[in-house]
Amino acid sequence: MTPDRTYITPQMRDVVGLELRRSTSFPITDSDIRRWALAVYYPEPAPRLFWDADYAAATSHGGIVAPEEFNPFAWMTVPDPDTPPRERVAIGFVSPEETLGLERPDTQSLINGGTEVDYGVRMRPGDVITSVGRLAGYSEREGRLGLMLFTTTEDTWTNQRGETVKTSRSTLIRY
Amino acid sequence: MAVDRNAVTVGTVLVPLIRTTGFHNWNRYAAVNDEFVPIHMDDEAGRAQGFAGAFGMGNLMWSYLHNVLREWMGDDGRIVSVTCSFRAPNNRGMTVEARGTVTAVRHEDGERFVDLELAVVDHDAPDTVLVPATATVVLA
Repeated sequence: MTPDRTYITPQMRDVVGLELRRSTSFPITDSDIRRWALAVYYPEPAPRLFWDADYAAATSHGGIVAPEEFNPFAWMTVPDPDTPPRERVAIGFVSPEETLGLERPDTQSLINGGTEVDYGVRMRPGDVITSVGRLAGYSEREGRLGLMLFTTTEDTWTNQRGETVKTSRSTLIRY
Repeated sequence: MAVDRNAVTVGTVLVPLIRTTGFHNWNRYAAVNDEFVPIHMDDEAGRAQGFAGAFGMGNLMWSYLHNVLREWMGDDGRIVSVTCSFRAPNNRGMTVEARGTVTAVRHEDGERFVDLELAVVDHDAPDTVLVPATATVVLA
């Protein structure tokens, strides 16, 4: 049921489906994968699939692969020549609406509502990953904190061969 | 050792991952994910946001859930999908437990798909669910 008041303006409905961001990683290295695995398994040892090339070559993967949730965009991405350097540094939360040139809804708080990921091919050393994020949609409902705005964004990662690495949907709750 | 795929049935419980959490593992994760956020590094910053102190990254608990799946499946298993929501903070000093239970087993196109209910809970107060989650995997 649609609430009497709403955060969702006609302008917000018009930008659903538009691209929010696009990033390209530097080539993934063995060390990137090894360090990630050491960090997320600490203090247990990381599985050999993530750091032992000889071991990994004998598995069905034929070589080292990254943990599925590995983030190749940490620290720095390939600079976009169309983006002035000072705009590359985001300060604080930048709403999807502001990214698309609209006013942000008049909400006071936000929380991460959750994530859904479908995985495709594994990431490997040497891969270059491109992420394209889109605004997937809005919904809202009354909750114990008042009217809550649910914003879903969808990110698709592909490798240099055009293969899908993963598709993720994240929900941002604002109220 | 990978799971015996023929022994997997509804109700099969995965070996849990248990971690006492704090700056020793959060800082390592911050270093690989470039996630140097004050609420994860400074008790005062956490309290200023209404929490008991510094608390761990949701992304690291996401990794813990994947670790449980990988450890259970072995190298040749495949994670098809994972969903989760973040319900409660992983406070500093808390021992967390990432765990999973098989909810369905089915065959499709010659592959064995397994659905699981997962969660990260407070190991010392297991009714406190920090991260409810689900997953679907394919066993080799």
